[in-house]
Amino acid sequence: MIQAHCWTVNGRRRRAVRPRGASLLAVCLVIASSITAFATEIPPLVRNAEQERIRVIAKAKATAVCIFARGGHGGGSGVLISPDGFALTNYHVVKPAGNYMKCGMDDGKLYDAVLVGLDPTGDVALIKLLGRNDFPHAILTDSNRVRSGDWCFAVGNPFLLATDFHPTVTYGIVSGVHRYQPPAGTLLEYTDCIQTDASINPGNSGGPLFNAAGDLIGVNGRGSFEKRGRVNVGVGYAISSNQLRNFLGYLKSGRIVDHATLGATVATSDDGRVVVSNILDSSNAYRRGLRYGDEIVAFSGRPISSVNEFKNVLGIYPRGWNVSLKYRRDGQDFTIVVRLMGVHSRRELLSKIQGPTAEKPEPSPKKPKPNQPDAPKRQPRPAPQIPLPQPLPPEVTKLVQPREGYANYFFNQENQKRIWAATVQHGDFSKSKGQWLFSGVLTAGGNFQIALEDSRILAQFPSGPAVVDTTLDLDQQTDPEGSGGLLAALHLWRRLLTLGPDEFGEMFYLGTAPTPSQPGLFDVLVGTYNVVQETRFLFETTSGKLVGMEMALNDDIDRCDIMFSKFKAYKGLQIPHKIDVRHGNQQFATIEVSNFEIKTPTAKKP
Amino acid sequence: MSRRFALALFGPHARSSEPTAVALPAMLLLSYLWVPSDLPADDSYAQTISAVQPKMVKIYGAGGIRGLEAYQSGLIISDQGHVLTVWSYVLDTEDVVVVLNDGRRFQSQLIGADPRLGIAILRIELTETPYFTRQASAEPEPGDRILAFSNLYGVATGNEPASVLHGTIAARTQLAARRGAFKTTYKGPVFILDAMTNNPGAAGGALTDRQGNLIGLLGKELRNAENEIWLNYAIPIAVLANSIDDLIAGRTPSQAGNADRQKPAQALNPTLLGFVLIPDVLDKTPAFVDNVRKGSVAEKMQLQPDDLILFANERIASTCKQLVEELSFIDRIDPVTLTIQRGQNLIDITLQVP
Repeated sequence: MIQAHCWTVNGRRRRAVRPRGASLLAVCLVIASSITAFATEIPPLVRNAEQERIRVIAKAKATAVCIFARGGHGGGSGVLISPDGFALTNYHVVKPAGNYMKCGMDDGKLYDAVLVGLDPTGDVALIKLLGRNDFPHAILTDSNRVRSGDWCFAVGNPFLLATDFHPTVTYGIVSGVHRYQPPAGTLLEYTDCIQTDASINPGNSGGPLFNAAGDLIGVNGRGSFEKRGRVNVGVGYAISSNQLRNFLGYLKSGRIVDHATLGATVATSDDGRVVVSNILDSSNAYRRGLRYGDEIVAFSGRPISSVNEFKNVLGIYPRGWNVSLKYRRDGQDFTIVVRLMGVHSRRELLSKIQGPTAEKPEPSPKKPKPNQPDAPKRQPRPAPQIPLPQPLPPEVTKLVQPREGYANYFFNQENQKRIWAATVQHGDFSKSKGQWLFSGVLTAGGNFQIALEDSRILAQFPSGPAVVDTTLDLDQQTDPEGSGGLLAALHLWRRLLTLGPDEFGEMFYLGTAPTPSQPGLFDVLVGTYNVVQETRFLFETTSGKLVGMEMALNDDIDRCDIMFSKFKAYKGLQIPHKIDVRHGNQQFATIEVSNFEIKTPTAKKP
Repeated sequence: MSRRFALALFGPHARSSEPTAVALPAMLLLSYLWVPSDLPADDSYAQTISAVQPKMVKIYGAGGIRGLEAYQSGLIISDQGHVLTVWSYVLDTEDVVVVLNDGRRFQSQLIGADPRLGIAILRIELTETPYFTRQASAEPEPGDRILAFSNLYGVATGNEPASVLHGTIAARTQLAARRGAFKTTYKGPVFILDAMTNNPGAAGGALTDRQGNLIGLLGKELRNAENEIWLNYAIPIAVLANSIDDLIAGRTPSQAGNADRQKPAQALNPTLLGFVLIPDVLDKTPAFVDNVRKGSVAEKMQLQPDDLILFANERIASTCKQLVEELSFIDRIDPVTLTIQRGQNLIDITLQVP
């Protein structure tokens, strides 16, 4: 009797064959001819599907980035999301790498990259690859459309295998959506994440999870391992593309960005409802009317029936965003828009991440927390020996600007310059420091007049006169009453336009953010001047036109929100002729300007 | 369309014993694995999964101590609230909570267990809910694609659906349970899976074919003590079918009520038989033998300390209280057969007081 093992042509399937009395050759010939016969019978639909899959993987793989930290301090994966080289990865991947890293791609080339922004709570980092303006890049698609059971695939650098820079592809299905994985302390929280059985191993961290069409649905970064050791056991998690989209505009600012809290905690009651279990009276939610014991019905339009669902919604928004909240009290439903507070104070966040750009490698903890498949401790292959110049190459050095509180201040400064360069296209106000005189009508009825000067603001409204002395502290000057400080805000608006961001006071670029009364995202500059708590200036992202403001005079008062529109030219300056003013999410006034002029500067006081 | 085509080919052809018929599915397998999204949406498993999820439950009970998760998975197998799960320490409490896919919570009652198969049936006050039927279907074979539903790692809570993994049946074999390798009392046929199905909390989950038909029960975690490899396996539902039917119908001796039973004037007890149970300090203290009296019938029949008593005369007696109660129904002159678990073996020992 002959015993033999025969492998089919594709080598994927092995089958023991024990021919009785027949020659091995004959059997193999029969098999081979049968396979050929079948191969010709494979319908075009199946072949096309396979070709399509090959195309999708090739396209997606080209956008993956294999990250290697300086000096062999581990690495991970990333994914390009724009042709100019912005790539997403995990915070825990870049932390040991610092502000500069090497990135291999499927084209076999190695690129320099610099750190741009950090989100330690969400475990996200943004880096920028250098040297091209035509990088292949992935499209962030709507992760709310992802369903359990959808095919997906991960691309990355598991076990840092990509010594030739070609990434590894692993496929699977989506095992669950809207998963919640708790943080370690307050960092590395995975909310509303996607669970997959595609292999996510150490080194896959920061790499893309694609849907079957090759669109980006998430960034892989975590797995459940526990007693199985730190290799994949079929339970990986990806940060959802929708969360990434919300944070992307902030990450591009070069800042270390914070996550949000409602200023209230929720718990499940005995009868299974989600109720407010604690609330800060300083929170915006409290100001809007939310109280202890209220039932949370919906949050950001999503029905809430568990604490995890609540956390899932909260976790996908950055600090300071406005989100709708529906609550129930005594059988009656109320819908409010709340401004989310930060999870950390600025100082707290900095101390928690202990210097994001520190170039010291992270000390290897005995027990890694919490389940990140980061660079393996024992690598099956040695990490590639990449020649690392010391100090940084000159073309990299100019893109790195360390500053406390920032991941890389260079990008903040660049954005400030970009916005202001666009803004002055709508008028150079630097020579217009005289008295600005507005007059017109309020849509609610009555005439108004406002005179803006450096030292004081005088105004006449149907309700009476209003005045602000700008030589004094502004934080208590809330005129006109009920506006939250409209005159003070207009003073700051004029100050920015005439002096520019460099001389306004302390100024930084926040990123792109929404505002409650208008659709879309705006470029936001945040200024601090006098003792005013915070002033946000909103610019159209396309034109750079200054179209809005959100000013909080102090902690105890709601913001004064202003939107400027109906711009008309006045001596080459674009002047808004409609000003919408809101306070505490209520309309204060709509001002229709019928006349505007700038009078020559008043004589200087001795 | 491509799906129908692939289904047809994976049907009868794949089961053929001709070697040539194996090659085509092997090649097509790769093509079928995934179809681009511009083809019909049902190429995703999403619809199958959403139909199965209402039949899955999360079970919470004893445990929570280091390395012992206080949760496992289960599946609804009747319209009368019967839940199939694995028989484990998680059920060693009066307070076993079953949470449905929609988040509803139920206190459950242990209807019966078959320690030889390692399964238990719970019951909750629930009717008119989707449940797994056990209609006869073609016996699954190696190469068949599967989905595994479970609450592994306790990822899902409340109304969150179970986790789903995909894979294929890699082999159908007898569980090679032997000393030094896989320690388990179950030694019957299993499906070996190429997916990481048997994680903490996954035991009691459902193995389905890709149409969502129940084909197996995910087993308890098993690690080969020699090479530390964890085994991903499921027990074929066909193997469990008779036992499940008997347990649901109350046909096993373990389930007959006590109403018509008479206690004899002089009944058996552990002392008479010559052994002492461990102190009964829990709701459900497992009936472990603490020591065996020298010269007693228990010693003569080689009962040993650390033996775990599961049955007395085929009636469940797995806790100290149950065992003492069961013995109280047996006249001291009658023999009693104790089914014990010693290590990974189930052993019957018959004792009779001389």
